Amino acid sequence: MNLLSIFNKRTSAPVARDRLQILLAHERSYSGQSDLVTALREEILAVIAKHVNVDRDKVLVKMDRGDAVSTLEVDIEIPTPTKPKLAASA
Amino acid sequence: MAKVLVVTSGKGGVGKTTSTAALGAALAQNGSNVVVIDFDVGLRNLDLVMGAERRVVYDLINVVQGDAKLAQALIRDKRLENLSLLPASQTRDKDALTEDGVARVIEELREKFDWIICDSPAGIERGATLAMRHADMAVVVTNPEVSSVRDSDRIIGLLDSKTARAESGERMPKHLLLTRYDQGRAERGEMLKVDDVLEILSIPLLGIIPESEEVLRASNVGSPVTINSPTSAPARAYAEAARRLAGEDIAVTVPSEKKGFFGKLFGRRAAA
Repeated sequence: MNLLSIFNKRTSAPVARDRLQILLAHERSYSGQSDLVTALREEILAVIAKHVNVDRDKVLVKMDRGDAVSTLEVDIEIPTPTKPKLAASA
Repeated sequence: MAKVLVVTSGKGGVGKTTSTAALGAALAQNGSNVVVIDFDVGLRNLDLVMGAERRVVYDLINVVQGDAKLAQALIRDKRLENLSLLPASQTRDKDALTEDGVARVIEELREKFDWIICDSPAGIERGATLAMRHADMAVVVTNPEVSSVRDSDRIIGLLDSKTARAESGERMPKHLLLTRYDQGRAERGEMLKVDDVLEILSIPLLGIIPESEEVLRASNVGSPVTINSPTSAPARAYAEAARRLAGEDIAVTVPSEKKGFFGKLFGRRAAA
């Protein structure tokens, strides 16, 4: 046990308070919109599918709810179009 | 072969979620692929205890209803890459969880993981019976306290009658996890002893988790106690319980905190 770990141990309650404040702020503001992420994903996918083929199983949605901002990360794998011929690209 | 384990108790507040997180992490720390599932629809907390509450996008009901693929809903632990979480829905109606839907999800998880740990909600209603429905074995979390022991007895009855295993005539292996145990008070006759609880419930003992400050500290910071403070008494007790679950034969002891000179002095005086 070092000094840092003693310090950390003393401060677990403020960590708990901060985590709860962030979580509850999000839960209160989004109550009634539980499917917001699903709706966003569908609409984003629809826009992209207009232009390229998208495999719906190759879509990853990640969320990170922060204090000031949250990030929504939508990772869509777009298949590479048929490879251009070497002669053409040269 | 994959094992489906339900962590249940009947009574609330005895440590089901804490124990699910700690046992899941301990099994993963030993190299198994582990998924922990929260069955407490509307009152989820396993995400918070695991420190993944900011990353929840999809939940068990989304997967059951086909809104999301299983792989999209699983949240990989940031500390242990072979530990995943499948959260409960916080907003949906719990009737959205169907028995067939849960069966499908569990079957799919059996392909990918060594351990599937189902964190049951308190009570004996639908959520609790669904959590135990497809289990191969059960951990009954009990405090050395009269109402908890009574409710555990009730849950043991349900495990022997309402599970798929029981209905097909097979035995449901059940293990007792005694939590918040204070050896000093038990020795002074102020608290039920391990043997008292074992005699009343008559199921084998998986482990004794001593009452400890480390448990609250771990949940404050959102990290299973076996990760947050691996050498602490409760973490060692959970780690040993996890090894027993995996089939090792280790004698059950009550791990104690390593005390300094003054701790020993006062600890002894309190126990005298």
